[in-house]
Amino acid sequence: MSNLSVSNVREFNTQPEGNPLVESPLAWSYRHHPAPRGNGQHAGVVLREKALLGHLVLRGGAIALDEAVRQTLGISLPSKPNALAFDDNGERSIQWISPDEWLVIVPGGEEFALESALRKALGDAHASIVNASGGQTVLTLSGDNAREVLMKSTSYDVHPSAFPVGKGVTTVFAKATVILRRPSETHWELVVRRSFADYCYRWLLDASAEYGIDTQ
Amino acid sequence: MFYIFCPYCKEHREEEEFHARGQAHLMRPADPDNTTDEEWGDYLFFRNNPRGIHHEMWVHSVGCRKFFNITRNTVTYEILETYPMGEQPTITADIPSVRHEQGVQAADGGWQTVGARPESKALNEETSS
Repeated sequence: MSNLSVSNVREFNTQPEGNPLVESPLAWSYRHHPAPRGNGQHAGVVLREKALLGHLVLRGGAIALDEAVRQTLGISLPSKPNALAFDDNGERSIQWISPDEWLVIVPGGEEFALESALRKALGDAHASIVNASGGQTVLTLSGDNAREVLMKSTSYDVHPSAFPVGKGVTTVFAKATVILRRPSETHWELVVRRSFADYCYRWLLDASAEYGIDTQ
Repeated sequence: MFYIFCPYCKEHREEEEFHARGQAHLMRPADPDNTTDEEWGDYLFFRNNPRGIHHEMWVHSVGCRKFFNITRNTVTYEILETYPMGEQPTITADIPSVRHEQGVQAADGGWQTVGARPESKALNEETSS
C-alpha cells in the first residue's frame, strides 16, 4: 500500500468475452413504445440511436491530457468552453465538459485499448479516466423540424447563430439533463444517461408527433 | 428567470441550470484546536443576511458542475457580477459609489441596514459615528 500512484489503477475490459447478447439502453423502449408508423407522409424528424459506443470521461490538467490525446487519438484537446472536436472521418470525438473534464466517444469496442493507451501516455500525470460506456447512449436528430423539436425541449438557444457546428453543451432537456451537440449542419446529437434514455426517447416521440417522426 | 453568466462556461445560461449554495468567502478557522466555541459556532452556523449587496456561492449543477461566486443585490435581485472561486469581488458594499448606485446604506460596523431609498438624500448621506 505504500507505493500507490495514479499509474497503479486496476483497469479491466468491460466488453465481455465471446459474443453474448447485448442490448442498447433503449431496447425496452423500442419494444414497448414503437414510434407511430409513418403513413407514407414526409417525416419532419429523423431519430436514430448510435448504440453501444465507447464513452470515456477524462479529467485532469489540460496540458497533460492534450499531449496524451494527441498521441493516442490524433485530435487536439478542445480547450475552449463548449467546444467539440472530431477526427478526420468523424467517428471519434472529444468534447469540453468543464475546465478539467472532457468526454471522448469512440466506436464501440475501441474504448478499452484507448483507455490503456491513454494511461500509458499520461504516465504519472494527475488525471483520471472513467469508462462510462454502459452509462449513456447517443441519439441523433435530423430532418427539417429537428430544431423545432429541440426548441420545445430545452431552454438552451439552439439557433444557428448561438449554436454553430462544433459546439456541445450540457443542459436541461425536458426534465432531464443531456449533453447536446452539433456535429454537422444537419445533425444534432444527444448524449443521454441510461436511466433517462427511455424518458428522453418517449419525450422525443411525443414532441415530434406533429411533424411526423421516423425511427429505425 | 435569471440569466446567469457562468465564469467557467463563459456564457449566459438559464437559472434552472444553477443552484444557490449560500454565503461565499467563509473561512474555516486556521487552527481549529485552538478556536473558541464562539468562533467555531460563528463559522458553522452564523451567516450574514444583508439587505443589499451579498456575495453568494452558486453551482452550475446542470452544466460544468463548477462552483463560482455571485455578487447580488438582495433587494432588487440584480446580479452585479459573477467570478470564479478563489477570486475576490470587485463590487462590494464598502465602495460608496456602489452603495449609492444600489441604494444601500451602511450602519455602524459596516452592516448594511435599511433598504433602498436612493431618492432620499437624508437617508443616504454618509455619516460616520
